[in-house]
Amino acid sequence: MAFLSQAWAIVRKDLLTELRGASTIVSMVLLGLLVVLVFNFGAEPGADSAVLARSGVLWAAFLFSGVIAVGRSFASEKEAGCLDGLLLCPADRGAIYLGKLIGNLILVFATGVVILLFFTVVYNVGIGAGWLGLLLLLVLASVGLSTLGTLFAAVAAGVRARDALLTVFIFPLLVPLVIAAAHTSTLLLAGQSLGDAGLWPWLLVVYDAVFLAVSFVVFDFVVED
Amino acid sequence: MTAEGIESPSEPAVLVHGLRKAYGPVEALCGLDLRVEPGAFLTIFGPNGAGKTTLLKVLATLTRPTEGSALVGGKDVVRHAGAVRKRVGVISHNTYLYPQLTALENLEFYARMYRVSAGRERALALLTKMDLGRRMHDRVGTYSRGMQQRLSVARALLHDPKLLLLDEPYTGLDQHACRVLADVLEGLRDGIRTVIMTTHNLQEGLAGCDRAAILVEGRLVFDQEVTNIDASGFQHTYFSCVHAEVPRA
Repeated sequence: MAFLSQAWAIVRKDLLTELRGASTIVSMVLLGLLVVLVFNFGAEPGADSAVLARSGVLWAAFLFSGVIAVGRSFASEKEAGCLDGLLLCPADRGAIYLGKLIGNLILVFATGVVILLFFTVVYNVGIGAGWLGLLLLLVLASVGLSTLGTLFAAVAAGVRARDALLTVFIFPLLVPLVIAAAHTSTLLLAGQSLGDAGLWPWLLVVYDAVFLAVSFVVFDFVVED
Repeated sequence: MTAEGIESPSEPAVLVHGLRKAYGPVEALCGLDLRVEPGAFLTIFGPNGAGKTTLLKVLATLTRPTEGSALVGGKDVVRHAGAVRKRVGVISHNTYLYPQLTALENLEFYARMYRVSAGRERALALLTKMDLGRRMHDRVGTYSRGMQQRLSVARALLHDPKLLLLDEPYTGLDQHACRVLADVLEGLRDGIRTVIMTTHNLQEGLAGCDRAAILVEGRLVFDQEVTNIDASGFQHTYFSCVHAEVPRA
């Protein structure tokens, strides 16, 4: 019970801090929308290549904006000198990780929804009955990105070139997630159901489960001075 | 500790033996031995890079020793880190406060993290004690450095720690804020709570303590009760220990 209560205290604190500063969420949304818009201008309207590439655009926008959120989550703790304050608390390191993860997850998912809505407007995509599948896909991708991102953000927090370090490590590891999400969403946008996507959604589930388990195990060592 | 929360009177508040901490090839602490009795106020002096902050970090469980042992209230800082964290409060030049949150929100957050029962009431009482009651709903980012440091003291006292670790608490404070902080720290001397402070400021450091030690290159080179120390003599001792010239008045 204390575990969850402490994790929730961190989630609440992070969201309150973010809502008052609003710098991260504004950057995330703007970058996401910009990526969608720029790719749209680069493609010839109605061309087959544009139709095929649109899933990639959606997940590229999601990826770039998501990395901003996770990168800022520990950087802001470090800047205020608060990371040590957090680590001094008699809380399980898992509770601290879970709190930071859920805070990031909410930001990443919310931004993902905004990007998805903007994407449907810009690309004139009728989601139709596939909206539930896309939302579920967004949840799975958000969990994967937040899980990995929170862990690596903690690693990078103590390093001067943290933004460069974070992107160098995180982008290659997120490639399977983006491929699986793009394949699945291509089918969903073509009017097929999640069940027609075969193993791709399951790849995301396994990806999330593996990195979630690994992150809980190694987080204690990661935040060790 | 004989049982959780019950301390044996004969048990030292801090017991460090053969403590060594290395960051790669650099040794911050070189086989340090230290015993601090409950209720004592020990000030550890030393130049930059002497290992003062590393020692406090080990005692606060923020970093693991490379070798040796450190016990806080009889609990090992590595094996019983959670129990040690409950006993320790840290005040540093970093306030550990979130500037976007109000003073009350900051204290309520830490009260939840330390599982303080009636956390809000405790936070309100400490805010009043630190004379911050009138501005408790203001964001900490709008506070002066001195006010932030007083709030930081409140944060460190939330869970009523038996051991207070003060790492250069006067850094960045103006004269008035230093005086206010010194008064606050003086008020913490109740004979039960143990305080270990590190500083390189001889005047401020000697003022409140009842024992003074000098740490140089990871070794304690001086350790004495303050009643046996003459302030000007201590200045000479300090500068001779750190191999520096005594500054001219």
